[in-house]
Amino acid sequence: MPGSKRDSVIVYAAALTLIGFMLGPVLYIITGGFRTNSQITIDPAGLPDPWEFGNYTDVLTGDVFWRQVGNSAIVAIATTVGVVVLGVMASYVLARYRFRGRAAMYALFAAGLMFPATVAITPLYILVKNLGLVNTLPGVILPQIAFGLPTTIIILVPFLQAIPKEIEEAAAIDRCSRLGFFWRMVLPLSVPGLITTGILAFIGSWNSYLLPLFILNDQDTFTLPLGVQAFASQYSVDTAKVLAFTSLSMIPALIFFSLFERRIVGGLTGAVKG
Amino acid sequence: MTGSSVAADQVRAGGGVQPPAPARRRRRGIGWAQRLEIAALSGPAILMFLGFVIFPVLMAGYYGFYKWKGFGRPTNFVGLDNYRTILQDTSFHEALLHNGLIVVLSLVLQGPIALALALLLNRRMRGRSIIRVLIFVPYVIAEVIVGTSWSLLLQTNGAVNGVLRSIGLDGLTQDWLANPKLAIWSLMLILTWKYIGFAVILFLAGMQNIPEELSEAAAVDGASYWQTQRRITLPLLGPTIRIWAFLSIIGALQLFDLVYIIWGQYVASTAGTSTMATYMVTEGRNAGNYGYGNAVAVVLFAISMIIALLYQRFVLRRDTQGALTEGR
Repeated sequence: MPGSKRDSVIVYAAALTLIGFMLGPVLYIITGGFRTNSQITIDPAGLPDPWEFGNYTDVLTGDVFWRQVGNSAIVAIATTVGVVVLGVMASYVLARYRFRGRAAMYALFAAGLMFPATVAITPLYILVKNLGLVNTLPGVILPQIAFGLPTTIIILVPFLQAIPKEIEEAAAIDRCSRLGFFWRMVLPLSVPGLITTGILAFIGSWNSYLLPLFILNDQDTFTLPLGVQAFASQYSVDTAKVLAFTSLSMIPALIFFSLFERRIVGGLTGAVKG
Repeated sequence: MTGSSVAADQVRAGGGVQPPAPARRRRRGIGWAQRLEIAALSGPAILMFLGFVIFPVLMAGYYGFYKWKGFGRPTNFVGLDNYRTILQDTSFHEALLHNGLIVVLSLVLQGPIALALALLLNRRMRGRSIIRVLIFVPYVIAEVIVGTSWSLLLQTNGAVNGVLRSIGLDGLTQDWLANPKLAIWSLMLILTWKYIGFAVILFLAGMQNIPEELSEAAAVDGASYWQTQRRITLPLLGPTIRIWAFLSIIGALQLFDLVYIIWGQYVASTAGTSTMATYMVTEGRNAGNYGYGNAVAVVLFAISMIIALLYQRFVLRRDTQGALTEGR
């Protein structure tokens, strides 16, 4: 029975095991960065003794890491803005206009939900190459916006449909055009939905690997995921430094996640209901 | 000046005398303006989507008929040769088999574990909300980071073997990544670690939609905790589980990042972890055979599409009637 003493001991033991399993690898990376290579070789699973800060300061004072942070930030921010702006405009049309072809338009975007970029990557690379955007950040940003639209639209449409009809009628009586209504009422009212979709787009872009792998071949344009991999193969003998680089590069996504954790989980809840 | 004011007067007068006419004119005007609004608002998204999602997929179908190195226009039309090669290539068969294994193992491993965890976290307990956040952390970490870290953890002189040695289980130390008998299980471990949080959060969200009155009523009727979960929670969670399974299947079919990062382009096939997507990238782009790579993309697309449609037709039909095809 829940609540009995033996039971709750089992529950807490299970919960602790779980936390250990989920966090163990993360803690290993972070603490490993504070060790020297000889410490790691002698005892791969040990704790730093003594603590060695050189790995982290080396990475933080070099310009490779910061350049990749900058590239990743540009790509992620531009992608997020593009996805959210285009997504909310299209979602508004799908949610509040009645016209022929509306169902087809929704189906088009919904079908995109089923297929991540993997299947289209080879022709997509050729397209980007023909546009002359290989080795440029827009070459990653534009496809990412397109591939981010389905999720955004599927989440936002029910959100915008939930805005009561009465508000729209009241706005019309006050001689507010539909575009004015969109600008003055819909956008402010849908901020929570915009934040949820924005976070999903940001984290997706920040972590994305396959598309940058195809598009960005020049070290100067590398985003963080490409940088981590390049760093790991370049310094494959310097495990401690790789661990430091890796743990530093996961910090931004973790901060972002912890700030907006409620919204992400809430957004997923909404997606399931819809 | 006079002319325009007269015209304005006439319009005003006309409007006053014959109300239906301007009303009709206004409606037609709004219809036209509305069409413009629809085009202006949805046009950019549709253009982007058609240009960068639909167009490439169609082009894959076209390039797939050519033997092509990716420079200039494809000219060497080879018909179905690429497809014949794919279907006869034993490396592709192996990749397909691995994908199949990963699909099934993801469902049978992650499903029950995630359900158990969701049930655990759905109870009132101290520290519940912090556990919910922590379990989601691996999902937020980039695949590259997960791959790099786990390959360091699992290498022969890595931390996992280190822990085993330090607790005196030397016999259990293994080459977790290169041993073909073990590698796919190591991959499943990593996949479970990375994606279990997503399943748990989905299930928890689904459980929150189940009215509490139901389990209260069951408790009044003397049902045990397990009876309540089995007879009430699980059936009502059905739609959520089926949606999760759908996402998991599609993700497993298209798995690329983690395999490619951990096993690289060469060892994946010998370790027994290659997937259709890693096969596509190695045989297509890395080998410079863009025509062939596109043909593999078409096969991958077709397989995912068929499975997705069958799943929607036979499994999801009851839950999401029209949810994926209609705007309601």
